[in-house]
Formats: sequence, structure tokens, C-alpha cells
Amino acid sequence: MTDNTRQKQPSFLEYQGRYKGILGWILSTDHKRIGLLYLYTMLFFFSVAAILGILMKTQLLAPGETIMGPQTYNSFFTLHGIIMIFIIVVPGLPAVFGNFFLPIMIGAKDVAFPRLNLLSWWVYIIGILIVLTSQFTGGGPPDTGWTFYAPYSFQTPTNVLPAVFGAFVMGFSSILTGINFVVTIHRLRAPGMSWLKMPLFPWTLYGTAWIQILATPVIGITLLLIVAERMLGIGFFDPALGGDPILYQHLFWIYSHPAVYIMILPAMGVISEIIPVFSKKSIFGYRAIVLSTMAIAFVGYFVWGHHMFTSGMSGRALFTFSFLTFLVAIPSAIKVFNWVATMHKGSLHLHTPFFWAVSFLFVFMVGGLTGLVLGALATNVHLHDTHFVVAHFHFIVFGGTGFAFMGAIHYWFPKMFGRMYDAKWANLGWGIFFIGFLSLYLPMFYLGMMGMPRRYYDYLPEFHGPNILSSLGAWVMISGILIIFANLIRSARSGPRTSEKNPWGGKTLEWQVDTPPTLENYDEIPRVDETPYDYRDYTGIDNPNN
Amino acid sequence: MTIHRDDLGDKFGMWLFIFTELLLFGMLFVVYAVYRSMHPEAFRIAAEELDVALGTINTVLLLISSLTVAMSITAIQKGNKQRALQLLGVTLLIAIIFLVNKYFEWGAKFEYGFYPGSEVLQELGFGTILFFGLYFFMTGIHALHILIGIGLFIYVIVQMKNDKIHQTDYVWLENTGLYWHLVDLIWIFLFPLFYLIH
Amino acid sequence: MSEEKTHIVPYKTQIVVLIVLLILTALSVAVTQLEFGSYNTLVAMLLAGAKSVLVLAFFMHLKYEKKLFPVMVAAVMVIFLLVLFVTFFDYSYR
Ligand code: HEM
Ligand SMILES: [Cu+2]
Repeated sequence: MTDNTRQKQPSFLEYQGRYKGILGWILSTDHKRIGLLYLYTMLFFFSVAAILGILMKTQLLAPGETIMGPQTYNSFFTLHGIIMIFIIVVPGLPAVFGNFFLPIMIGAKDVAFPRLNLLSWWVYIIGILIVLTSQFTGGGPPDTGWTFYAPYSFQTPTNVLPAVFGAFVMGFSSILTGINFVVTIHRLRAPGMSWLKMPLFPWTLYGTAWIQILATPVIGITLLLIVAERMLGIGFFDPALGGDPILYQHLFWIYSHPAVYIMILPAMGVISEIIPVFSKKSIFGYRAIVLSTMAIAFVGYFVWGHHMFTSGMSGRALFTFSFLTFLVAIPSAIKVFNWVATMHKGSLHLHTPFFWAVSFLFVFMVGGLTGLVLGALATNVHLHDTHFVVAHFHFIVFGGTGFAFMGAIHYWFPKMFGRMYDAKWANLGWGIFFIGFLSLYLPMFYLGMMGMPRRYYDYLPEFHGPNILSSLGAWVMISGILIIFANLIRSARSGPRTSEKNPWGGKTLEWQVDTPPTLENYDEIPRVDETPYDYRDYTGIDNPNN
Repeated sequence: MTIHRDDLGDKFGMWLFIFTELLLFGMLFVVYAVYRSMHPEAFRIAAEELDVALGTINTVLLLISSLTVAMSITAIQKGNKQRALQLLGVTLLIAIIFLVNKYFEWGAKFEYGFYPGSEVLQELGFGTILFFGLYFFMTGIHALHILIGIGLFIYVIVQMKNDKIHQTDYVWLENTGLYWHLVDLIWIFLFPLFYLIH
Repeated sequence: MSEEKTHIVPYKTQIVVLIVLLILTALSVAVTQLEFGSYNTLVAMLLAGAKSVLVLAFFMHLKYEKKLFPVMVAAVMVIFLLVLFVTFFDYSYR
């Protein structure tokens, strides 16, 4: 591109391509627009699933039937789980922020396969639609839980088939994104950006993409087997035909445990971006973070059995899986040390993204440590299928991925929309959310230890007290979410405009391009010779705009 | 949008896709291994129901078709479009013959009542049920891949006729070839595991 | 444009590979008639493994691609075999 076209290029938001209006979005191959498409889709479905969650919590306000019966409760946690897992957190950060920022952060104009990228959004939407049909047709909404455990999943009269098939289709979307990112990272890094000069968010996306490629087909075939079991009765999981239902659990978790790392690795990447920027300090132990990312991706592949400790697996398998589970905790812990050490003696800047990052550290630690409680064989027998597990995975998936998501959107918002949000409301929303989150989920640990099982619409009267606290917490948290969403949506539409390229003083490439970025991000591909996060030149004087 | 071409990147993407396919079938091999380890005798006896001759013919066919795609790549690299098209035509033909054979093979099994959920199978016990469940599911998914391969070959042939695929731009052909070899690779393992148990 | 030089595999090499593949196939059929006891499956898998290496190296051009490609294929195979292995921690000791 020559210099005279440089003057004022339209941003990707204003750019007028072949199609106008909404078609210019849903047919756009621009990675940034696709990222936003995912964002809007997820916002919508997150709201739906959150409403289901809050209704369940309201049901649990008192023992006995309050607002719904058992069948409704069963179908609610099933749909809630399917949406939250398959529609929100699995595509999650890679699909939204990975799409938007991966090419920019490695100095590329787009991903390697832009059309494939658009296709994966469409496949995702088609998968969602198929899942949704399960709610309104056939034998009624599925009631298996998001895990579709055999043999119940092929015996229940409810409409499991479309739900399973929809999840299968969404798997393709995940695979396509993974393929796209691996090739993008291998082929399109800016000149000079060697592997160890790549920022950490792309690194975690790289690890994630490999898991997407190597684990997603496993769930694909497993779900197909459920379809075959239901339609043809091939008998693989049916004890009456010689099948072994535990084999289903193996296959399911061979995917679904690595899937947990699909959810959490990019979250770790986001946190690794935010913390140095707001500490004005180089990240501590860049190599250790990179290595632990890849170690998690690899070892995480072989720990699936910790979900099956009470299934009747062999003793030797129990021991092996428990051991490997403790092993995989080490690299995660290394990362926590790195983040804390980065903040140590840093010049902390207390902006909204930083609040999210710090609270992430806290909830992630609680989630991770309770994970070890569940990874130990003896305690697991007591806690399996109780509310302790529900609390644990909400701390990790919601507290981990969810907080990182919130941090990411508050961090990159000005770059994405060219507008600024209202920081006061954002901070207030964070505070209310955080308090609500803790009072919603902390009591569940206690309830679980006392023996309250998960997936029941009812409980014994002695569990009443903590459940009230938990349900109230849910309402507080939802108020926080409402404030945050309202603030972001309003700001995206009519917040004060900004074209400030680098409001936070970040060092990675996305802070050097226009705000919002132009269609091709760069007029000229930059040369990268420095490591990311180099704050040795920090003088203590900030950009006056923030 | 600037169109930039990166053949190596395209091939890279195809390989990654092949990895997903390998693991997809891989998990079926895990299921197979588990049930065969539980019912070794039943698997051996059930395998005798399969037609080794037909299986061998299909193996040979697929190997030959792998050769013809590989050769068609060499042909197009040398700029010999006519030769490349002929070789692709042969490949397509073999793919179709493979499916026809499969059709007769499956048909015979159905005739004898060896199909999932059949009464004959119920009589014969767990191992046999699982063997035939696996046989139909795995060769079925494999046949589906053959079908997709046929679609791809037709597309590639048309594109080559229209000179969209030519001596300096043939990555579509290469990737289709890779896909086809994958289908062959899977069969290389399916064949001994189902037909040649002794 | 791709600047990587293309490697043209001669027809002759490919035909030789096919012949070896056919011989291996014949061998694996013939071997079933022999009695190796429980080693039969092992032999069958080794033969199939040899065949797939040939297909990967020559027909799929791995021999001529960048090093990265064969390394990735090997890694994927290792992961698969490990999954199989770990699964049998359960099934072998029930
Ligand atoms: C919006 C606030 C949320 C509330 C109020 C909420 C509440 C609940 C409740 C009450 C259950 C059922 C517990 C039981 O009886 O077993 C549940 C299950 C579950 N939730 Fe949430 N949740 C929320 C957000 C999330 C998020 C963000 C995720 C994931 C990213 C998530 C993932 C799950 C999963 C996977 C299940 C298990 C479903 C099953 O048992 O099959 N939830 N949640
Ligand atoms: Cu797990």
C-alpha cells in the first residue's frame, strides 16, 4: 500500500465491503467482525443460561417444590450446562478475543483461512439451532445433564438426539477454529517474531488450538455413538447387549477434561497480558509460562479418569489418574507464582481490567485447590456428585474463564469499539459481581461436604440456611452482571469516542495499530525485534489520558 | 482483502484436519480394543463370517487408487494435464467400485441377519453383537469418508478441466490426495482387525 | 506465492512403493494361516504399521516435506497410543 492512501482509512467498524448492513457482518471474513459476531451470540446465550441458573437457585431457596418440579429442574440444569459449556466457554475466549486479537498481536492482516473462519461461525450457529430444537420438539427437553451419560442418555424418552447432534456440529466449529489458529501462528507471525518473542495470549491460544484439534474429534465420535445407540441399538454402551457404560465415561472425559483446558488456557493468557500492563513490569518468567502452557496441554490429555473415581474403574487406574491429576496441577501453580511475582514491586495501576485479573487469581486458586481435594481418591468418594463439585467447577469455569472474559473485554474494549466505557460503573459492577459470586458459590462447598447431592431440585431441611445465602448471592451477582452489561452495551453505542492507540500503555502490537483497527490492521507489516512486556524503560510517568 | 497464497499453509491445515480424523477413528479403535480384549474368542469366530477375498480385493483396490492419486500429482507437476485427469478418473472409478463391493458385502450380512438389533445376533451372545456393531459402525464411517472423497474428486476433476488447477497451482489436488491416503490408511488397519483375526 | 521448491516424486518410485504394499498385503493374509498364538495380532499390526509408514512417507510426501510435518504425525500417534495405554490401566486390571 502506498503512502497517499494512508491518510484516513476507515476502521473495520465503518468499512463498507461488498455487502451492506447486517449482511456486511454475517458474511464478513474479517477476523475482527467475526470475533464480534461470536461476542454478540455469546452475550445472548449467556443471558439465557444465566436466567436458567437464577431460576434454579430460586427453586433452591427453600426445600420442596417452590417454583418448579423435578422434571423442569432436570431439563434446566441440562440446558444450562449445554449452553454454558458448548456455546459459551468452549468457543469462549479464542472465538471472541482470539479471533479479534490473535492476528493483530502477531502482526498479521488476518487469520490464515478467513473464509474457513466465517464458516466456523456459521457451523456454530447451525449447531446452536439444532440444540435449540431439542427444547421444543419430540419427547420434551432433554434431562440427562450436559454429560449425556449412558445408559440413561439412550433410554430417556426426552429429546436427547438433537442436543447431542447439535453439540457434535459445534465440535466442527471448534476444530476449524483450532486449525485456523495453529496455521496462523506458524505461518503469519511478523518478521522477527520468533517463537519466544510471541506474546503470551497467542501462546495460550496455540496450546488451546492443539487441544481443539486433538480432543474435539473424540467427543464427536462419542456423541455419534450415542446417536447410533439410540437409533440403531448397536449396544456399545448397553449392558444388556454386552456394552460397557463406563467406556462411555472414558470416551466422554477423554474429550471433556482437555476441554477444561480449552476453557482455562486462554484465560491464563488474558491474565498474563493484563497483569504486566497494569503493574508496569515485565512478566516474570515468560519461558516458564510458555512451558507450563504446553505442559498443561499435554499432561491434561491423560487425567480424564479423575471424573470417574466412583464408577468402578480398576484400582490401578484410580491410582494412575489421581497421580497424573496432581502432576497437572503443578504447571498451573507455576503460573500463579509468575503472576504474583510480576505484581511484586510493580507500579500497580488500579483500573477495571486489573481488578478482574486480581480477583481471577483468587477464585482460580480456590477452584484449583478444591480440584486437588477432588483429585485425591479418599476425599473424592465423599464429595463426588455433591454440591462441592458444583462449587468447584463454577469457581474454575466461571471464576476462571468468566472473570478472564470480563477482564479481557474491559481491557480491549477501547481498541475494539473506539469508545471508552464508564469506569465507575464498571468498577461498581465488578464489586457487586464479586461479592455475589462468593456468596453464591462458597456455601456450596459447605453444602457438598455436608452431603447435599447435585442435580436435585430438593434438599433436606437441614441444608436450608446455606442455601438461602447461596440463592441471595445469585441475585446479587445477577445485579452485578446487569450493571456490567448495561454499562458495556451503552458505552459501545454511545460512549465517548477515543482514537487513542494505547490507553493503558501496553507493549504488545495491538496497541500500536489504529483504534479501532482498520480493515487490514496494518498498512505495513511491522518488524518485531523485542520481547513483549519489556517495561525496563518505564519512567513512572503515564500517558495523561488514563 | 489481499489474496495471498500460501500452499504450505494450506497443506498444513489439511494435515491438522487429518489429525482430527486420525483421532476420531482412533477412538473407535480404542472401543474395538476394549471389546476384543473382553471377548477374544467371540471376535475370532465372528470374524470368520466376513469374506476375506472381498476384503482383500477392496484393500488392493484402495492401494491402487492411492497410487493413482499420487501419480496424478506428479503428472500435474510435470504439466501433463491429460495424464493427471486420466489418473483421477481411474481413482474415482475405483472409489465407486469399492462402494459397490461394500454394498454387496453389507447386503449379504443383512440377508443372514447379521445387523445391529437383529434377532440372529441376540442369539449369538455379547461378543458377536459387539463385533458386528463395530464392524458396521467403523466400516460405515469409513464408507462415508469414501463418499466424501468421491465428491472431492469430482470437484477436482472439474476444476482441472477448467484450468483452475494447473501446473503451478494444484494444492487442491494435493489436499484431496492427502485426504484420500488417509482413507486408505484407516482401511489398512480396519482390514486385518476385522477380516484377518486368527 | 510459495517459494518452497517442489519435489516431484517420480512415477517409478511410486510404482515400486505400490508393489511393496501389495506384497505386504499378501503377506498379512498369508500369515493368518500360520499359528503364532497371541502374537498373531502383533504381527498383523506390525505389517499394517509398515504399510502405513510407506503410504505416509511416499504417497503423502512426508519424506519430502519440512521436518515439522513428520514430527507432528509422530506426536499425534504417540498421544493416541498413550490414550490407548492409559485406558487399559482400567480394562486390564478390573
Ligand atoms: C449465571 C450464573 C450461574 C448460576 C446462577 C448457575 C447456577 C447453577 C446451578 C444452580 C446448577 C445446578 C446445580 C445442581 O443442582 O446440580 C448449575 C449447573 C451447572 N452450571 Fe451453572 N450457574 C451459573 C453460571 C455458569 C457458568 C458461567 C457456567 C460455565 C461456564 C456454568 C456451568 C454449569 C454446568 C456445566 C453445570 C452442570 C450441569 C449438569 O449438572 O449437567 N454455570 N449452575
Ligand atoms: Cu477433569
